[in-house]
Amino acid sequence: MNAIYILWLRQLKRHFRSRARMIGSLGQPLLFLVALGFGFGPIYQRAGGGNYIQFLAPGIIAMSILFTAVFTGMEIIWDRQFGFLKETLVAPVSRFHIMAGKTLGGATVATLQGIIVFFLSMLAGFRPEYIVMLPLAFLFMFFISLLFTALGISIASLLEDMQAFPLIMNFIIMPLFFLSGALFPLQGLPKAIGVVASVNPLSYGVDGLRGTLVNGASFGLHVDFMVLGIITAILILIGSYLFSKIEV
Amino acid sequence: MIEVKNLTKKFNGFTAVDNVSFSVEKGEIFAFLGPNGAGKTTTIRMLTTLLKPTSGLIKINGFEISKKQDEVRKSFGIIFQDPSLDDELTAYENMEFHGVIYGVPKKLRRERIEDLLKFVELWDRKDELVKRFSGGMKRRLEVARGLIHHPKLLFLDEPTLGLDPQTRNHIWNYIKGLNEKEGMTIFFTTHYLAEAEKAAQKIAIIDHGKIISQGTLQELKEKTKTDSLEEAFLSLTGTTLRDEEAGTLDHMRMHHRLRR
Repeated sequence: MNAIYILWLRQLKRHFRSRARMIGSLGQPLLFLVALGFGFGPIYQRAGGGNYIQFLAPGIIAMSILFTAVFTGMEIIWDRQFGFLKETLVAPVSRFHIMAGKTLGGATVATLQGIIVFFLSMLAGFRPEYIVMLPLAFLFMFFISLLFTALGISIASLLEDMQAFPLIMNFIIMPLFFLSGALFPLQGLPKAIGVVASVNPLSYGVDGLRGTLVNGASFGLHVDFMVLGIITAILILIGSYLFSKIEV
Repeated sequence: MIEVKNLTKKFNGFTAVDNVSFSVEKGEIFAFLGPNGAGKTTTIRMLTTLLKPTSGLIKINGFEISKKQDEVRKSFGIIFQDPSLDDELTAYENMEFHGVIYGVPKKLRRERIEDLLKFVELWDRKDELVKRFSGGMKRRLEVARGLIHHPKLLFLDEPTLGLDPQTRNHIWNYIKGLNEKEGMTIFFTTHYLAEAEKAAQKIAIIDHGKIISQGTLQELKEKTKTDSLEEAFLSLTGTTLRDEEAGTLDHMRMHHRLRR
């Protein structure tokens, strides 16, 4: 238990100590929110979609969580390169506990990041519809964070260094984001894109956030919750397995 | 304490450790010597559960390593050859992290951390981030960190590399003290043969992945008809220079070490 706590604490310290990293990771969601939100706003309105910022903000929150979570998960690669991973791997702590500590740490960081982006989006004009639903929205953020931290750890367990990083970025993370309904509604899409979006776990995260923040869920909150829960559990199992196989 | 039988490790056809067998008794100080690239660190990585052997048997503290990893990890501590600190944490936080994951109770942990940081003369810089430390300071911190929990078996992979003679002497006295007071078994590698000569009760020399000689200092000297460990070592391993086999990762680490 203590081991999980100290691993969790380490993730938090590392993240919030680096101001450059904090600001850097807020820049991108802010840019997307302002550029896309105000850029496409008028067209979206004219097409009868209503206020685009209201629609977009949950997607951008999910995006910032996706990126932060995958990156903190993939920090294992740095730990490996700078030797710190060995220090944890020889300790008398089961690999499952190490994985748990790192996942919870990464997920906490990503959730906090999501909450910060939520407040930033309010500056851009976003207004949540039901304040009472906020705790549920934060819970969804935590689930999305857990899922993608576990994904990051699974990927990182398979890699020796950062050379494959652009590959991961362009073929996993970006498609997850763009094909998730974060930027556009999932109704009335060409069939192929609709199918891809419906097997993309982030779609259910975005949908859950939209459901709790602006009452706009298309799959339904129950479905979102179930899908996220099941995929998170599976990814944590895969991650633990791959992590336990790491050799340094 | 350590029992190794027919241990072999192959990396894509290259045999790093070749059918090695040896044993280390409880309470013994055991020196594992050899030129660069001889297979010392690979052997230690296998002994400490970081790397899976291609074949062979390892028992640590009576537990077979392939079956009882967690029990094995509870039995030993290690000071690594290459850097293993978290640069983004302070010296104290690195110590605390280690103490907590090794399950040292809070009160004892605080005491030992203070004693050890004072011992390696880093107490007044305990709240500084490790990335601002010099190479020697980092090394001292790593040594101090490895001594927070008192394991039954301690691996030291070139513990005194890059330290001045005063600090080396200081650290060796401490380690010998642990061996005498707590009966801690010590398994170490070094290139400073004088250290091995002074501290080790038993010595094994490995070259090209094979153990070419083992025994007490006296036995090695008699076998090679020489007067010192250095001469015995050179007569056993020859005088040609060695290259170390290294992957991209090791190059990175090397680079990192050179820069700091």
